[in-house]
Amino acid sequence: MLDGPASRKPILQVRDLKMHFPIHTGLLRRRTGAVKAVDGVTFDVMEGETLGLVGESGCGKSTCGRAVLRLYDITEGSIRLDGEEIGQTSQNALRKLRPSMQMVFQDPQASLNPRMTVQAIIQEPLDEHTTLSRAEKQEKVLQLMDDVGLNRRFAGRYPHAFSGGQRQRIGIARALALNPKFIVCDEPIAALDVSIQAQVVNLLEDLQEKFGLTYLFISHDLSMVRHIATRVAVMYLGRIVELGPREALFRNPLHPYTKALLSAVPEPDPSLEGTVERIILKGDVPSPANPPKGCNFCTRCPQVMDICRTDDPVSREVAPGRQVACHLYDPSKLPAGMKPAVPEASEHQQGE
Amino acid sequence: MPDGATPVLDVQSLKTIFRTRAGDVHAVNDVSFNLRPGELLGVVGESGSGKSVTMMSLIGLLPSPPAMVSGRGVMFDGQDLLKTDPESLRKIRGGKIGFIFQDPMTSLNPVFTVGFQIMEPLRTHMGLDKKAAKIRAKELLELVGIPDAARRLNDYPHQFSGGMRQRVMIAIALACDPKLLIADEPTTALDVTIQAQIIELMKELRAKLGMAVIWITHDLGVIAGIADRVMVMYGGQIVEHATVRELFTNPQHPYTRALLTTVPSVRKERARRLTVIEGQPPLMMAAPDSCPFMDRCTVAFDLCARMNPQRYPVNAGHNVACFRADPGIAAPAPQVAAHA
Repeated sequence: MLDGPASRKPILQVRDLKMHFPIHTGLLRRRTGAVKAVDGVTFDVMEGETLGLVGESGCGKSTCGRAVLRLYDITEGSIRLDGEEIGQTSQNALRKLRPSMQMVFQDPQASLNPRMTVQAIIQEPLDEHTTLSRAEKQEKVLQLMDDVGLNRRFAGRYPHAFSGGQRQRIGIARALALNPKFIVCDEPIAALDVSIQAQVVNLLEDLQEKFGLTYLFISHDLSMVRHIATRVAVMYLGRIVELGPREALFRNPLHPYTKALLSAVPEPDPSLEGTVERIILKGDVPSPANPPKGCNFCTRCPQVMDICRTDDPVSREVAPGRQVACHLYDPSKLPAGMKPAVPEASEHQQGE
Repeated sequence: MPDGATPVLDVQSLKTIFRTRAGDVHAVNDVSFNLRPGELLGVVGESGSGKSVTMMSLIGLLPSPPAMVSGRGVMFDGQDLLKTDPESLRKIRGGKIGFIFQDPMTSLNPVFTVGFQIMEPLRTHMGLDKKAAKIRAKELLELVGIPDAARRLNDYPHQFSGGMRQRVMIAIALACDPKLLIADEPTTALDVTIQAQIIELMKELRAKLGMAVIWITHDLGVIAGIADRVMVMYGGQIVEHATVRELFTNPQHPYTRALLTTVPSVRKERARRLTVIEGQPPLMMAAPDSCPFMDRCTVAFDLCARMNPQRYPVNAGHNVACFRADPGIAAPAPQVAAHA
């Protein structure tokens, strides 16, 4: 962390972001509640870094990624992209800002129009946002195809003629067309086979280096996140429970949920398998429409205390760059006689 | 497990071809393996490698046409399943052979209660009356760790979470005390903490009930934690077959090696760059006359293009379909350094 992200400036600042979806029931479709998909999330993404956003299905990570790009009208909170507040900007005014923030979607099958050629798909953002001539656009598309490793000769083909990994490359080329600074990658490799996943991840890393991109990388694949992310945020039921630099977080997770999550990942290396202490969580994730009182994780936490069932923990910085929302690390919340769990002196992350 | 024990399942030269308008797809090519009582055999491969089709071919779950299943024999419990008539096969499925599918949402019927769906095999296969079936169904739900079992029998699948639904599927598969349980990607649709719960449950059940299990997955980590033996499939063939420890400590096939290095570990420092298997899996539009992995292999040589390698023994219980494992063939030194 010496010359790491701390010295860089944040490109995205999210403060207390809430995204609630209303539930309407009854004959009159009255609003009777809300699904609190994202419920008070605060984080920064530094210029040139990859922030990994991990969690299980339904934890709100995809909603968070979409809300940050203002694909939704958010319920509450502030989003600053490159210093400019976009939290409450109208969708119309947002159009001008769209070129600087782009998205790569999970399912390349569903996110590419089957009736458009690759040329037309990659060119669409250029048609929409630039005044380039036809020849210039054509040249730019071919250049983008080179950048993502697609054969130029296939520009006239339709998406069905490509394999899953190649389709994801088309989606990436489209996201790059307007030279964005910030890209949200929403589970970009989840639909791909393992041997193809590595190809796409390597491509994303190459492009980041070449164009100085910043990624918000949303994934449930913890091993891949350990590979690609600079810092990692762990979400559970609409909240970020822990945020920290990659190596520190994976080597020494602090929040009981992060500990359980990491321990549950199956280990393919038999020499490590014996050393893994599995924490098997009981039960299921509660409904985000009706989260438990107190800490969201209190219904499954192996280290639950009385206070967890009444008080909601706030996120605190417990070591440089490491934030955790858990009473175990807050001396003022612990029962008398109990000492706060102190994280090991944070080791410096290896420079890249 | 003594080596001499009669296998529960013995598959010899199984072949499955799909007749399609675009041509024949050779989905399973000459697959042979066996399974000893109480053993857990892991089957690993990517999508399209033929792992699911192999298992569905065994028990006659593929509609014909388009599927054409042939082979020298599939011996299960003293009879050849390839020669068994469809009616008797139907009695074996859900009875002596239990099946767990990947997606518990689509494999449970949404309009019947969970209790009804567990009692169905008990009544058709074991001839229990309604009352006895209900008692047994409750026991089964308790066995798979569903709390408040008696009440939950009356619930519908949508009232269960993903992990609980998969437990119900397991209860149904175990209902008739199967000798063999085939689990096709049983944890792929589940979150990692729920996956850990299901794997733990399967370990307990195996210790308690002692059935043989075939566990199909694409996740090497899952296999490492649960299997006794592993088959690696690629392009409709078994390319490597070994005990779990042997496979992970001494992988021989270039595909297995590449697969093991391409997946980053959550417990290890990051590698500077991920190892990539270049290219795409084969299309399998013709019967294989060369090694299916040839185009993506970093150590292929001229012979690989001319013949499909047979499986060569490496060690006791470890064999591999690669010419480089045949001591009788003088293979040229690899041009590129093999995966270090």
